[in-house]
Amino acid sequence: MCDQCGCAATPEIVRIADHHGAFSARPVSSKSVEILTGILNANDRRAAHNRAHLGRHGILAVNLMSSPGSGKTSLLEQTIDAVGGRFRIAVIEGDLETENDARRIRAKGVPAVQITTGQTCHLDAEMVHDALHGLDLAAIDVLLIENVGNLVCPASFDLGQHANVALLAVTEGDDKPAKYPTMFRAADLVMLSKIDLLDVLDDFSPAAAEGHVRALANPAEILRTSARRPETLAPWIAWLERQLADCRAAA
Amino acid sequence: MHELAVCQSLLGEVARAAAANGSHEVIRIVVAVGPLSGVEGPLLARAFDVARCGTIAEHAALEIEAVPVRVRCRICAVETETRANALLCGRCGSWQVDLESGGELLLQRVELAVEADAAAAV
Repeated sequence: MCDQCGCAATPEIVRIADHHGAFSARPVSSKSVEILTGILNANDRRAAHNRAHLGRHGILAVNLMSSPGSGKTSLLEQTIDAVGGRFRIAVIEGDLETENDARRIRAKGVPAVQITTGQTCHLDAEMVHDALHGLDLAAIDVLLIENVGNLVCPASFDLGQHANVALLAVTEGDDKPAKYPTMFRAADLVMLSKIDLLDVLDDFSPAAAEGHVRALANPAEILRTSARRPETLAPWIAWLERQLADCRAAA
Repeated sequence: MHELAVCQSLLGEVARAAAANGSHEVIRIVVAVGPLSGVEGPLLARAFDVARCGTIAEHAALEIEAVPVRVRCRICAVETETRANALLCGRCGSWQVDLESGGELLLQRVELAVEADAAAAV
């Protein structure tokens, strides 16, 4: 036991360690330092690096976010078909496990890198940076990043994207934007997916969903899409083309 | 539950500040967390208890300052306090508002143990 304070340290530890500062040769005091940097500063810097790198290659990067099962991968598959050769797409897929989604995209003839995050609930800028090494950036116009299905965590991590897209399936509640404000406030475009099911669902109101998005002070365009009705994808593809032109004009 | 990842990033920023100030021990960490940051204060505190083990901040106290959600109306120019999912002007009800506060996820300051002569020099 230590004689100084009665703690459980053995005499040997008391002798060799700077025990409780009691035997410190120099007196210690405290100093308060103002920092004022973002807690996710390290991620934000990596994201800025990704954005600059993608910008140099004239690539538009879009971060797709939603709950699991709202149709992100189906949207991507149908988007690839609908775009045809008008611009070149590549996909980064984020999931906790499996290569399944990347396989679905590759089956469409489009390069795809799967990130499996293990137990991590979101993608971050470093994961996307590493995934970029698996893509030929000279052969891409639009990079679609399918984030981990989750309406909470992905909203906090910048990946280096140019725009955020949030999907809200009509099989979910139309009040999801009110329940997950951080995610839907960050969305530059909101897509009401599985819109073909609206006829058989009497509890989803697109107008109410739009009202909840506006209540987040978000002017984002709200599109109605269905991967089963390719004709509904035209406004989404036109949006991508506009974003790509803006991105290249800014570069 | 991304608060652990947020905490690890926080500890990285804290370690950087400590190194820049020649300190080997952090006494206190003060952060500001807004309701629209996507991070929950109580979860951050619990994650901190795990993440700090074996770091320079192992014995540090974490203070989480809550930040109100405030918006400024673009139409009537009035600033009002509101809820995270009702970013509307408190006077005219418009959604044409800018967020003045509430999205913060900031390391505000750290209190560091330094040798007395080093502290006196600042």
